Formats: sequence, structure tokens, C-alpha cells
Amino acid sequence: MIAELGQLSLALAACLALTASAAGLFAHGPSTQLLRQSTVSMVVGQFVFAALAFTALVYSFVTDDFSVSYVATHSNSLLPLPYKISATWGGHEGSFLLWILIMTIWMLLLTLRRDNYPVRFFSRVLGTMSLMNLGFLCFAIFTSNPFERLIPMTPADGADLNPLLQDFGLIVHPPLLYAGYVGLAVPFSFAVAALLENRVDAAWARWSRPWTNFAWAFLTVGIALGSWWAYYELGWGGWWFWDPVENASFMPWLAATALIHSLAVTEKRGTFKSWTLLLAIAGFSLSLLGAFIVRSGVLTSVHAFAVDPERGMYILIFLGAVVGGSLTLYGLRAYGERADVGFKILSREFFMLINNVILVVSLAVVMWGTLAPIGYEAISGGRISIGVPFFNMFFVPLMLLLGLAVALVPVLNWKRTPWQSIKSTLTAALPVSALLGGIWWYTTDPKSAGVLAALIVALWIVATHLLDLVKRLRQSRSLPLAYVGMSLAHIGFAVSVIGIAITATQSVEEDVRMAPNDVTTLGVEEVRFLGVREVQGPNYVAQQGVFVVTNGSRTFELRPEKRRYLAGGNIMTEAGIDAGLFADTYISLGEPLDGGAWAVRLHYKPMVRWVWLGSLMFAFGGMLAVMDKRYRKLRTRRDVSIKAALGSGSAG
Amino acid sequence: MTLRVLCLMALLTAMQSWAVSPVDVYTFDSPEQQQRYKGLIAEFRCPKCLNTNIAGSDAPIAQDLRRTVHRLVVQEGYSDQEVRDFLQARYGDFVLYNPPFNSRTLLIWLVPLGLAIVGMLVLFGLLRRARQQQAVNLDESQRQRVRALLEE
Amino acid sequence: MSRASLFIPLGIFLLIVSVGYIGFSLDNRNELPSALLHQPFPEFSAGVLGDPDRRVSKADLLGRPTMVNVWATWCPTCKAEHAELMRIAELSDVRLVGVNYKDVAAKARRWLVDFGNPYEFVIVDQDGGLGVELGVYGAPETFLLNAEGEVVYKRVGEVNRRIWRDELAPRLAQMGVYKMPAPETENSTMGSGR
Repeated sequence: MIAELGQLSLALAACLALTASAAGLFAHGPSTQLLRQSTVSMVVGQFVFAALAFTALVYSFVTDDFSVSYVATHSNSLLPLPYKISATWGGHEGSFLLWILIMTIWMLLLTLRRDNYPVRFFSRVLGTMSLMNLGFLCFAIFTSNPFERLIPMTPADGADLNPLLQDFGLIVHPPLLYAGYVGLAVPFSFAVAALLENRVDAAWARWSRPWTNFAWAFLTVGIALGSWWAYYELGWGGWWFWDPVENASFMPWLAATALIHSLAVTEKRGTFKSWTLLLAIAGFSLSLLGAFIVRSGVLTSVHAFAVDPERGMYILIFLGAVVGGSLTLYGLRAYGERADVGFKILSREFFMLINNVILVVSLAVVMWGTLAPIGYEAISGGRISIGVPFFNMFFVPLMLLLGLAVALVPVLNWKRTPWQSIKSTLTAALPVSALLGGIWWYTTDPKSAGVLAALIVALWIVATHLLDLVKRLRQSRSLPLAYVGMSLAHIGFAVSVIGIAITATQSVEEDVRMAPNDVTTLGVEEVRFLGVREVQGPNYVAQQGVFVVTNGSRTFELRPEKRRYLAGGNIMTEAGIDAGLFADTYISLGEPLDGGAWAVRLHYKPMVRWVWLGSLMFAFGGMLAVMDKRYRKLRTRRDVSIKAALGSGSAG
Repeated sequence: MTLRVLCLMALLTAMQSWAVSPVDVYTFDSPEQQQRYKGLIAEFRCPKCLNTNIAGSDAPIAQDLRRTVHRLVVQEGYSDQEVRDFLQARYGDFVLYNPPFNSRTLLIWLVPLGLAIVGMLVLFGLLRRARQQQAVNLDESQRQRVRALLEE
Repeated sequence: MSRASLFIPLGIFLLIVSVGYIGFSLDNRNELPSALLHQPFPEFSAGVLGDPDRRVSKADLLGRPTMVNVWATWCPTCKAEHAELMRIAELSDVRLVGVNYKDVAAKARRWLVDFGNPYEFVIVDQDGGLGVELGVYGAPETFLLNAEGEVVYKRVGEVNRRIWRDELAPRLAQMGVYKMPAPETENSTMGSGR
């Protein structure tokens, strides 16, 4: 009954999406007030029905309704409650419903700020977003219905959620990631609306910025969480594999990072308009491309959802229509400006340009590496693989170049910078960073040139930003939030660079045979194995190993487990991790060997947490940058319109 | 159709449980050898899995290949390149995560390089236009001053 | 920025979409092309199932067209293709050799007793070493060798009626170990298969 209500809600949401897109995009009548209100209420209605549908699915999970096919394949009566709820988005159909819900939430948030924008422009924005939502809803209803029933063959119990997904990671990673993916539809819709209205100007950039930065921040956090989750769950100590699904989320992120910088330039200087528009379109297009890669089965990945070429084809057609349509609109309407390049090489504009070029080239390289194997197979019939070595070879130098550009940002002005400012950083901050970096590098073993470069660049970034911050405080100048956000974000980038450089080269890994009471060394630590005992979990039984680790004066215990889940019989290893700010100790159990001994894997991973801490810093910095007063609601506009309404005697 | 999908789903779910990292206890003659082994097993793709290297998969074929790499490195004394050639000769280019550099795959390597070059050209092109416009603008402002002077 | 150049992004996008579309038309994504195609079968030395004293090597596969079938008792698809292999052994003159892959010898012998033995002999590959030499990554897999020991065809997956009809029968006929039946429209009976 509830599942059918869910289905009905989806259908109603789709109807409202249809009418909202029609009203928003095509109705140009003189009664703009009516137009605006009706679009807004249709958007609110989409949210209400999407939320109802989602709640219906969650309800089916929580009440163990195995007559719903999706629940039967992804849940089990023994599954703990938090995982029953998060299992809602553990498979393709349910995760797509989450995607739709988040889309409607973004639309709802937009309507709360509608007084900031001109009426017709805003209706276009809502119309575009509703059109996207309509596509998603039709996809869900016709190809990926989560509410399909298994009557009369209702199973007595479900097939259980994949043990790898029975984890906190599933609770947080998809919602935040989708908030980012889908959030990029907002700048996309702003861009399309601007093209339709033929008003691409600094005001448009200022309106887009808060939404773009927040969507970007969510995407950043979502990707970081995914990486962190893979790290502690999969047991090989790695946190990024350049897997197609990972790349599918990374490509929109690269475009969005270029976009947030480009928007800043368009807002402040009025330049780069066409380019910024293009980036705005590209961001969401890459989200859609990502959805295609993840859900169509065109590329093999351990993270991909269960595949169905029919669904993949639908997404491809949708992708083609949406992106093809918007790029055609771009070709027809974009302001064919001769870029007003009134700036010198040592200027913020030019360095933003460097940022954009590097990010777009990186994006292109990642896309090439991800899609080229398909092209190769089509042309030559052979199969190749493109993996970590290829991507790192190009990506690392590009990021180091970007780092060099980032370091100079605090001392640069718009349009032109006096040589004096540059000289001061080159003679002070850079040598000091080089010295500190060199000393740090000297303590590493094994040594590599890449690490030396990374350390120097990262330390220089920190130095220039901190020095500029200090200079401003000393001059008692104001510290606008935008400035603080920028500094925090750039320093966060440096933190991530350091984390990546150190953990990639200094990690220690040992696979050893350990019998009870054996002791082994792991880097600077000493590990003693105390043996294995049986423990019982809510829906599994496990062999739990007990290890005592000594690091200098500190001693701690780690308990990795080898679990057998009762519902499906799946075996899974859960690593025991001691998470530290400067290093992780990571132990996982292998197979039992003779004589009570076990094969054990030990990792010592210095600075690995800095990778994610850095990304949290730059996500937060990006949000701060748009929490400035000038982006907040303009009260005057609403007052004006109320007065006008009262004056003319018509109802509001 | 549905049956096929269900079977595929079941297969994929089964394969996912092989994605957890296996632990082999091998002995090596030296730490350098062990490092070489670890580096090598991260370079090869498991032929059967959903995009994992042979270091990270529990699948039987991955175990066999790890054992093979260990034998080649420790007992047969193969160099890194010889190990790569050995596996490539038997499993094809697919098993290498670093695509081979030959006449057919040349494009794969050249395109990213080309993209980087295009990026640099764009930057230089804009820079040159900036310099040209600078000259024009100066002329413009000079002309305005002249006009202003003339007005007086 | 000319108007035409503003359409470059659209062009690039269409390229990307066509790559995606191509991805669909490529089926058998789970089968790798064999690296051994048109290469000589590798050298090896192994024991034979049921005959502990006998050793075989590559020389035992030369001289006649040979079909090498990699199978195991733990592989359900191998069971499914077994009937087809029995039929092939009967219909054609090809030398059918089995490779018992990562299996238990007693189980394998039992299996052949229960379901029939189409093989002239079965090579024992208990640790999968021969499999690695052949580029095997999962059973069943089947190699077709010509008389000189060169691999002319490899099948990853079961040998079923369609594979027989489209891939194996024509090649076996070409190598002279199978006579293709006359087309069904003519009223002729099948030859004796020589």
C-alpha cells in the first residue's frame, strides 16, 4: 500500500515537473506575478511528492517489506536499523530516488531566495531545473522503479545489504556527494536562463556564486568521504585508484573548481563571461556524464551499480539532449565578445586564467584516460587498461604547477601588480619554504624529487598566505569573509598536497605470519599479536584479532575482524585502525595459517589524514567565501515590490 | 531479460566480496626485492575482476598471478620489465595498467601531452593579446589627453 | 571569438557521446581477446589424469588439429558445455584434449565416469601454472590448435551450439577434420563425417 503511494507520488512529482518546466521556460505572459507564483508552487509540490516517495521507500525498508523487490534485494531482517535506512540508497533505484529528492531540495532552497532575482530570469531557472527533474523522474518511473513488487513470489527474508555497504560511509557519502552532483544543476540553470534572457553580466555571476560554491563544497566533501571510506573499508591502505567511478565524480569537481574561480573574475571584473558560462554548463554536464558512466555498465568498476544497458541508453539520450541542447544554445546566444584582456601577466586575472587552464587540461586528461579504452577497443578490437601510473604521470606535474600559481595569489592585485610585491615574496617566503621543505625532505626515506617539489610548493603556499594575513592584521585592515575563505581554502590545498606526497612515499606495509605472542616491527612501532577470539555482532559472527601496538611512549590496542554475515554468508574483513593526526596504524587479518598463526597485514601510514583534512579545509573555505554580506538577501527589492503591490491595489 | 539481469547482479555482488584485500605471506631475499614485488603486483590488472589490481583482489586468478610474479622475481630473478613482458605475452595489453607504448597506443600517450601544450598556447595567446591591447589602450588614453588639452 | 568557434564545445561533446554509444555496441565486455592468437602453443610438461606415470608435453598436441578444453568440476558452466563436447568428439575428427584446471584429481576422474569422457587424454594442471601460460583466467576456456601447434581460435566461456556452428565447425572443416553437412533444403543425409 505504502509502496503504491510512493509510486503515485513519483508520478505526481513528474506531472508537476512537466508543468513547471512549461511555465518557467515558455510562458511569457504579461501577468508575470501569476507566472512566478505558479512556478514556485509547482516546485514546492515537486519537493513534497519527492519527499513522500522517498519516505515511502524508507518506510518499506524499516518495516521489512520484502514484497518490494528493491527491499528484498538490498535488505534483511537482521540488518541494524541505521543500515536499513541507508540501504534505501544502497542500490541503483533507491540512490536515484535520493538524487531526485536532493534535486527538489535545491529547487526549494532556490525558491526561498527568489526575491533576489528578477522574476522572468528566476522562472527560467526554475523551469530549467524542473526540466532536468522531469528527465530524472521519467527515468526512475520507466526504467528504475524502486517500488516494484515481488508478488506472489514474496521472499521470507531479504538478500542482505552488501557487507561492504553496512557502514557509516554509506550513511554520509552518497547524500553529500549527490548534493554536490545535483547542486551543479543550479549554476547550470542560471547559465541557461541567462542565455535565454540574453543577460550575461556581472550581476548574473554574483547571483550564481553562492549556489556554485555551496554545491562545489558538497561535492568536495562527498568525494573526500568516499575516499576515506574506501581507505578504511577495502583494506589495501589506498585512498584513490583513478577508477572510472571515482573519475566520474572528479571530473565535475575539476570543472566546478575552475568555475568558482572564473565566476569570481566575472563578478568583479566583468570579463571571461562566455568562458564562465561554458564552465557552468560543463559542470552539470559532467555530473550527467558521471551518472552515465556509473550506471550504464560501459566501464567496469567495483563501485558501479548493477548494470543494465537499457538504462544506460536512456541516460545517454538524456545526456545528449540536455547537454547538446544547452551547448547549442551557447553556440547561438553566447556573447561573442573579444575578450577584454586589459590585464598584465602578473595579475589576478591572469593567474585565474592559469588556474582555469590547468584545471581544464587536468579534466581533459582524466576524461581521456577514462574513455580512451572504449575508443581503442572500438577502433582496434584489442583491450587496454589505463590506470594509476598513467593518470599520476600527468596529474601530479599539473597539480604542482597549479600549486606554484596558488602560492603567488595573495601578493597579486587585479589588473597589475607592482614588481615590489612579487620581489618580497620571492626573496623571503620562497627561500624559507625551500629551506624548510628541503630539511623535511631530507628526513624522508625513501627520497623522491616529487616529494621535494611538493613540500616546497605547499610550504610556500602556506607561507605567502599566512604572511599576507599577518600583514593585513598589522595594518588593521578589515578581513572580509571572502578573503578568509580564500586563504583557508588555499592553505587546505597545501595541506592536502603535503598529505598526499608523504603518504604516497613514506608508508610502510608488511605482510607477516604472526602466531600468538609474536612481536614484529612496523616502521617506528612495535606490534604484538595476542591471538584471535570469536565475537558476535548484530548480524554477523567474527574472528577478532587482538594486537597491542607500542609507539614510543604510547600503547594502544587494535582489533581487526574477519566477519561472516549470517544472512548471505558473505565474508568480510574489517580493519583495525588507530587514526592519528600525523599517522595511522592499520591492521587487517588475512587467512588463518597452521598452528594458530594468522597472515596479518600491517600498514603504517604517515600524514594520510591530512589528505582529507585539507579537503575539508578548502570546502569550508569555499563556503566562507560566499557568506559575505553582499550575497545575502537584498531586503530593499522585496520592500519595493510590496509597496508597489499595495500601491496598485492588487493582492500580493 | 530480468533473469539475466538478476544473474548478473548476483554475480556482481559475489565478485564484490572479492574486492577485500588479501594477505599473502611470502618470503623475500631482501627488502628491495619485497618492494619490487609490491610495486609490480600493483601494476597488473586482475583479468577477471571489476577493475582491481592483482594486489587488491581475492579472486583465484589474482592469487595465481601474484604467485607467478613472486616466483619470477624471487626464484627466476626476472627484472621488472621482464615480468611485465611475461604477463603481457600471456594476457595481452589489458593486464597492464600502464598501457604499452607502441604504434597503436601512441595516440593514447600523445593526446594528454597535446592537451597540455594546447593549454600553454592558449595562455601565451591571451598574453600576447593583452600586450597588444595595452598598446592600443595607451594610444587611446593619450589621444584623450590630447583632445582634453585641445578643448582648453 | 568567432561564432563558429563557440560551437566547438558542442562538437567535443558529440564526440564524447559517440564514445559512450560505441561502448554499448561492444558486447562481450567480459571476454578478453587472447594474447596467444596466431602464436604457438606454449611449451609445457604435465601429468595426465588417471595415468600417474605418463607425462605429456607440447609434442603430444602436434600432428593433428587439436582442441584444448580447460575445465574443472567446480565450474557449473563446464557441466553445461559437456554435452556439446561429447557431441563434437563424436561428430568430428579433431583431437579433444582436456586440461583439468585447479581441481582435485579424484573428483575429476569421478566426473568423467559419471558424465562421459570426450577427451583423448586430460592434462592435470593442479596449481594453475599451465593456465597462466595460456592466459586462462576462468573456466571454461577452449583453444583450437592446428596441426603445427598454432592457436587459431580461443573461446572464453562455454562451447555451445552457436559457437560450434559459427566458429568451430567452419574452422574444423577447413582443417579437414570435419565435413560440413549439406544444406537442409536439399534432400541429402549427413555424410559419415570424414
